[in-house]
Amino acid sequence: MTDPTRLTAAQTAAAIASGTLTAVEVTEAHLARIEAVDEKVNAFLHVDREGALAQARAVDEKRERGEALGPLAGVPLALKDIFTTEGVPTTVGSKILEGWLPPYDATLVKRLKDADIVVLGKANMDEFAMGSSTENSAYGPTGNPWDLTRIPGGSGGGSAAALAAYEAPLAIGTDTGGSIRQPAAMTGTVGVKPTYGAVSRYGMVAFSSSLDQGGPCARTVLDAALLHEAIAGHDPLDSTSIDKPVPPVVEAARSADVKGLRVGVVKEFAGEGYQAGVMQRFTESVELLRELGAEVTEISCPSFDKALAAYYLIAPSECSSNLARFDAMRYGLRVGDDGTRSAEEVTALTREAGFGAEVKRRIMLGTYALSSGYYDAYYGSAQKVRTLITRDFEKAFEQVDVLVSPTSPTTAFPIGERADDPMAMYLADLCTIPTNLAGNAAMSLPCGLAPEDGLPVGLQIIAPAMADDRLYRVGAAVEAALTARWGHPLLEEAPAL
Amino acid sequence: MTVTELVSYEDALASYDPVMGLEVHVELGTATKMFCGCSTALGAEPNSQTCPTCLGLPGSLPVVNATGVESAIRIGLALHCEIAPWCRFARKNYFYPDMPKNFQTSQYDEPIAFNGYLDVELEDGEVFRVEIERAHMEEDTGKSLHVGGATGRIHGAVHSLLDYNRAGIPLIEIVTKPIEGAGERAPEVAKAYVAELRELIRALGVSEARMEMGQMRCDVNLSLRPHGTATFGTRSETKNVNSLRSVERAARFEIQRHAAVLSSGGTIIQETRHFHEDDGSTTSGRVKEEAEDYRYFPEPDLVPIAPAKEWVEELRAGLPELPRLRRQRLKAEWGLSDHEMRSVLNAGAIGPILATIEAGAPADQARKWWMGELARRANEDGVELTALPISPEQVARVSALVAEGSLNDKLARQVIEGVLAGEGDPDTVVEKRGLKVVSDEGALGAAVDEAIAGNAAIAEKIRGGKVAAAGALVGAVMKATRGQADAARVRELILERLAPQD
Repeated sequence: MTDPTRLTAAQTAAAIASGTLTAVEVTEAHLARIEAVDEKVNAFLHVDREGALAQARAVDEKRERGEALGPLAGVPLALKDIFTTEGVPTTVGSKILEGWLPPYDATLVKRLKDADIVVLGKANMDEFAMGSSTENSAYGPTGNPWDLTRIPGGSGGGSAAALAAYEAPLAIGTDTGGSIRQPAAMTGTVGVKPTYGAVSRYGMVAFSSSLDQGGPCARTVLDAALLHEAIAGHDPLDSTSIDKPVPPVVEAARSADVKGLRVGVVKEFAGEGYQAGVMQRFTESVELLRELGAEVTEISCPSFDKALAAYYLIAPSECSSNLARFDAMRYGLRVGDDGTRSAEEVTALTREAGFGAEVKRRIMLGTYALSSGYYDAYYGSAQKVRTLITRDFEKAFEQVDVLVSPTSPTTAFPIGERADDPMAMYLADLCTIPTNLAGNAAMSLPCGLAPEDGLPVGLQIIAPAMADDRLYRVGAAVEAALTARWGHPLLEEAPAL
Repeated sequence: MTVTELVSYEDALASYDPVMGLEVHVELGTATKMFCGCSTALGAEPNSQTCPTCLGLPGSLPVVNATGVESAIRIGLALHCEIAPWCRFARKNYFYPDMPKNFQTSQYDEPIAFNGYLDVELEDGEVFRVEIERAHMEEDTGKSLHVGGATGRIHGAVHSLLDYNRAGIPLIEIVTKPIEGAGERAPEVAKAYVAELRELIRALGVSEARMEMGQMRCDVNLSLRPHGTATFGTRSETKNVNSLRSVERAARFEIQRHAAVLSSGGTIIQETRHFHEDDGSTTSGRVKEEAEDYRYFPEPDLVPIAPAKEWVEELRAGLPELPRLRRQRLKAEWGLSDHEMRSVLNAGAIGPILATIEAGAPADQARKWWMGELARRANEDGVELTALPISPEQVARVSALVAEGSLNDKLARQVIEGVLAGEGDPDTVVEKRGLKVVSDEGALGAAVDEAIAGNAAIAEKIRGGKVAAAGALVGAVMKATRGQADAARVRELILERLAPQD
């Protein structure tokens, strides 16, 4: 019999629905896989064995009672540790929340449970989602299943690595500047940042409120679409949530047709800093799209050059305010409360001990950027750039249906290589950041291995806001053509763990 | 603490011109908090009215209370403000343990209402226009209880307890433009403004605005400048001045203190000051070494507020009569002098009088009871008129009993006393205490005959035409009936019996 961990989510759900596998068997197989490999990978911060098995049993009972099962019922999932889970540890990859048991479930978690998706545990991440390598996790880095000495991308490295290591067929990530897409690119998996407001942020610990967006991660485009459909939709608890029907993403993933589709290649995402093998695979993908019947043109988005700078003013500004609540008064870590110190001193000692270097760097950057006298020059200017970038997208989408680019300029770099060079680290998100600033949707899917290092390369597809379905239509077409060309899914080329 | 020798109020005003800014926070009376569904009821167990959002738990998000926005717009309209067609909330960032997120969700450069005014009437009837800079929405903080310190302030405390029930209760902050030209009447203007604003808030029904409950809190910002100069002096900010009288006293004290500092060649430090109810003084709070930088920026977790024009006009059309205009109308309807009207106002009697009239009493009678017996009683007990255990309906009933002749004034006062003592409604008190006017003609006639017989000399005078002497006999009859006779009828009976004989 096939190993349940090698199935796609769609296959797993079908097997459970038909009775070929029980949800408990599927869950146990994944728990065993985690047991076997996660010591090396470190994709999980917390495995909720009992909770997962209880959920799985409930699915099996439902089936026995003859109740209808949802399209992902019984399929296991790795949840990025940024979503609150009632009674289950939620650390956001930080020491400052060590030991905190949230009293409530995030809206997204409720939806997962409503869809009978089995939450295996909480996935590792860069502290507070700040980073592009998962090295900033206070609980140790996650290894890339393609090469454990390399980073799996970040901040959602745990979610992506769990997929690539067959520890889960589905994962949830969050994307503030590329934290779903860049790890997907690094690990040869699929990741989607939906339109801003498509997935509720209620219960998702905020890094940068106007940029943060939860989204689906999977090994196939269809699986991502099924998960997208399960988690998206209006939430009255999130004022920025979109009150419109979810675009038909599953239908789009099944149609996989790009004939006559207008595809724009972003001119600015090339040149210095782009690895040759990455550009080679990207160019081949564009060629493939043309072969599949798409009309390809080059599109210039001149303001994208300023996106990184604007991002590193807006995101730290918002984070400096969002992270102010971690003051040792109500939850989480408390340092120095020996009866002699003031609340102010305890807050300072706790933040000093509880936050890592990158988090502190961004809090300081943001505090500075919002200061009176600097606000207009920094935060104000960054908001203007944001408007310019949005206009670039608007103009581009008058001419094309989707844009494409490499997801990240390079393949996975060795752990430690950029740890002391924040600027080099920030460049990993060069191609993904504009989408967050404008609030539209984008996907990364594997488009081959770079010849020079044999590591996965991601193709980024970008769609207008509320046109998330286009990502799936294009992604599924590319995926089908490439898989046919390779003879198997790319991930099968990854070395055994 | 160095005590500055205060300059007399007159001397201070002789040299300086005060400029004031008043910031009033009003807690809205909405059922739920500004950004979550928690109850706003007072007096609950600490931290029992909290949720992830008002506790600022990681991951929680705010959702705007629509009633809060509506109340803010109605306050803005009543203050003759422009209403922003589009505005946002902003985060005011600073650390304090009773503020769960360590930022306050407030409004900064895009307030919901701006550029208005409130006309306030001073003691002598002069109307002073106070210009309104803005009215904006924000959330209240929690409460800290400092344990172990001598003063209840954080200084010297051993530990502190935090109650977040208040955190997130909607506040409207109403800020005046600099109030100039009030001169020596500045403290009076300050008091009259806060009083008028309180009336307005109550008339709108958006808050009970009880200052003693902290539902309305005032900061008095004050500076002095030498006569004839245009630039403002450095201001002090006296926080949480929480009664009308204190607002006036705080302004007065600060005028005298500033004058003392300035005239001795000193400089005023821009600082927060605390007001002391006991002696009417202010003392320095924390000195702001550098201007507090709140790092305001638009709240990304909330969408902009864009009230539709039609809705705003609907709210405008639905505004109640403004208190000042209402007072003018009532004054005319009740035929009162300025002075009488002010007494009614100061006693807080408008509401009870109106309710009593509504319950059927004539206006003069309603006013007579509330401003007389009941005002005296409220004053003795140190409570508001409305806190007395008697309802407008009961007062109206007493008034009706007098009108129909069942009670005279003296008896009516006893009935009211009985009602206040918890003996029941007016009819029950009359019954229990046996207070009906003696209207049995036979019994009354006998009492009159007895009085005439016992006072032959006076009776003779009356027979002789000295009608004025009848008063003495009336008094005797009233005494004999323990006041329960109708004095007018007694007088009639006496004069009938002692009519001059032809």
